Amino acid sequence: MRSESDRAAATGGASKILRALDHPRVRPVVYQALLATGVGLAAWYFTSNAAENLWQRRIASGFGFLAHEAGFEIGESAFLSYDSTDTYLRAIAVGFFNTFRVSVLAIIFSTVLGGFIGLTRLSPNWLLAKLAAAYIEVIRNIPLVVQLFFWYAVITESLPAPADALSPGPGIFLSNRGFAFPIIVTGAPLALEYPVLSGFGFSGGGLLSPEFAALLLGLSLYTAAFTAEIVRAGIVAVERGQYEVAYSLGLNHRQVMRYIVLPQALRVIVPPVTSQYLNCTKNSSLAVAIGYPDLVSIANTTINQTGQAIEGIAIIMIVYLTISLAIAGFMNWYNRRFALRGSQR
Amino acid sequence: MMVRTILWTGALVLFCTASAQAGATADAAVKKGFLRCGVNTGIAGFAQPDSKGEWRGIDVDFCRAVAAALFRDAQKVRYTPLTAQQRFTALQSGEVDILSRNTTWTMARDTSLGLNFVGINFYDGQGFMVAKKRNVKKATQLNGAAVCVQPGTTTELNLADYFRANNMKFKPVVIEKLEEVLNAYFAGRCDVFTTDVSGLISARASRAANAADHVILPEVICKEPFGPAVRHGDDHWFDVVKWSLFATIEAEELGLTSKNIDQQVKSDNPVIQRFVGAKGEFGKMLGLDNRWAYDIIKQVGNYGESFDRHLTPLGLDRGINKLWNRGGLMYAPPIR
Repeated sequence: MRSESDRAAATGGASKILRALDHPRVRPVVYQALLATGVGLAAWYFTSNAAENLWQRRIASGFGFLAHEAGFEIGESAFLSYDSTDTYLRAIAVGFFNTFRVSVLAIIFSTVLGGFIGLTRLSPNWLLAKLAAAYIEVIRNIPLVVQLFFWYAVITESLPAPADALSPGPGIFLSNRGFAFPIIVTGAPLALEYPVLSGFGFSGGGLLSPEFAALLLGLSLYTAAFTAEIVRAGIVAVERGQYEVAYSLGLNHRQVMRYIVLPQALRVIVPPVTSQYLNCTKNSSLAVAIGYPDLVSIANTTINQTGQAIEGIAIIMIVYLTISLAIAGFMNWYNRRFALRGSQR
Repeated sequence: MMVRTILWTGALVLFCTASAQAGATADAAVKKGFLRCGVNTGIAGFAQPDSKGEWRGIDVDFCRAVAAALFRDAQKVRYTPLTAQQRFTALQSGEVDILSRNTTWTMARDTSLGLNFVGINFYDGQGFMVAKKRNVKKATQLNGAAVCVQPGTTTELNLADYFRANNMKFKPVVIEKLEEVLNAYFAGRCDVFTTDVSGLISARASRAANAADHVILPEVICKEPFGPAVRHGDDHWFDVVKWSLFATIEAEELGLTSKNIDQQVKSDNPVIQRFVGAKGEFGKMLGLDNRWAYDIIKQVGNYGESFDRHLTPLGLDRGINKLWNRGGLMYAPPIR
């Protein structure tokens, strides 16, 4: 090393500069500056290249289309009203809320179910433990999209047409159009609005579509299998000695789990479960396959109607990134509450 | 190490200045030795693999016609099945050379998607199919119906327009894959399936458990002219593909078929002589072999033969797709 730089010094001024740049204090700054320049140039290259190609082929670009009338209908909308005269922006917002609705519900259901199955797998009851293990192995090893097709087919093929709908209770109907149920309508006095069979389907009341039901079911069951394994791993990770000490202090099984094991297990469980929540949200984009109008489905339609693929994909990426960062941020905050004091990571 | 980094950065800058321009499509195809053709994922009569895995249909025949003109061999085609949503991106990005996929020619697509439609190979319109037991006689009785439809299509927009214009409501069930959307319809998830009338007939003939259980309503709610498309920016390729289409239509008008063209090569008719390349240099004008049109007809057949081979068996009437001199709309400019 030394002899090399000596030789360099002998060859003149230019190499003096090079040697100055090679100084241990300067070197990292130089490399990082070069890296940043490289990344910047690559980004510039791809952007200008894409812009050039779009221009050459006279393909429209920019986000102006968001204010144009969408012109297509959307099957269901959570929180927002929508019809085909609304803008693309509103259509995409409808897609976002549909993604949000199914993801949040799937996260809640999968956490409850996953926790339960994880604990069951550790149960001393041989049959229960094996059943839980079988559930985990079967669900984890079948691709999610296949499971979604399965649930969708179960709902649409095995349930009767609206006219012969199953009615397990007053105002509740199960048919291949979904799950119709009474809703409370605001007003004085509060009243129940019942769904009634009219024309082609049910009107009034609330309705969960088969697409939503199949997606929620598939996503919850699938994510629960992974969560169950994480929960089991978290509990097993608590040292045997901890139980023994706790029992010798006279705590009963419930108290041992509640005060000794679970708080320690959560430290192991929360970070990987966060990844599962992110996966669950991203997996909800498989909704496209069974026709649930989620963000990706509506953004895809938008791309196809406007031809602006780059902008459409950019919107999908930004929205998923935002959702993922929000979930990760929340879970990190939650995790810090359980982390060992003084072990800041 | 650092010198190498500097060189690398320099190379990157140089690389940037060379704009990425697509080479001539025909040259690239000749170099590869095959034509890349974007077709439907599976619609009987237009593009569908048969029991041996060979693609069949009038859209497939068109790909073969272009390959015959370009390579003198109709077999040199590689098919890329595309969904409605994938098709334009596949063509724009250069993944396929031709989009021959029962695609409606509209102004927005022609101007803002960076494609050029070369002509029309099928005149269609959008209709509705319902189960017979629903007892629906006309489309205006469909208020409140659940409608199965594929996304990213003109169909989806026309559907919304039609119901809005008639003050009716509907619940769309939007599924991308044709197989899946048809499964949903036949399972009773939707009351109505809507697409182009040819697509309805094709689906009813090839997928329904019992074709007689489904009726196609009399209303045709819009114009849907299908045509093959190519990318903007390669006029030579545009010409080759456009005249391949015209040659198939012109041949039918001249009475040239795959069976009789070998006798017709010796015809005294100057129009036929020009067509088969015995006279003039029309192939050279396209940068092709002078027998380009002969090869198309010999190996693939004329437009009417394609129609009879693929669409007539489905029960589709030739209708407005007859030649102009037989009361239809099919018309090709003269080869001269």
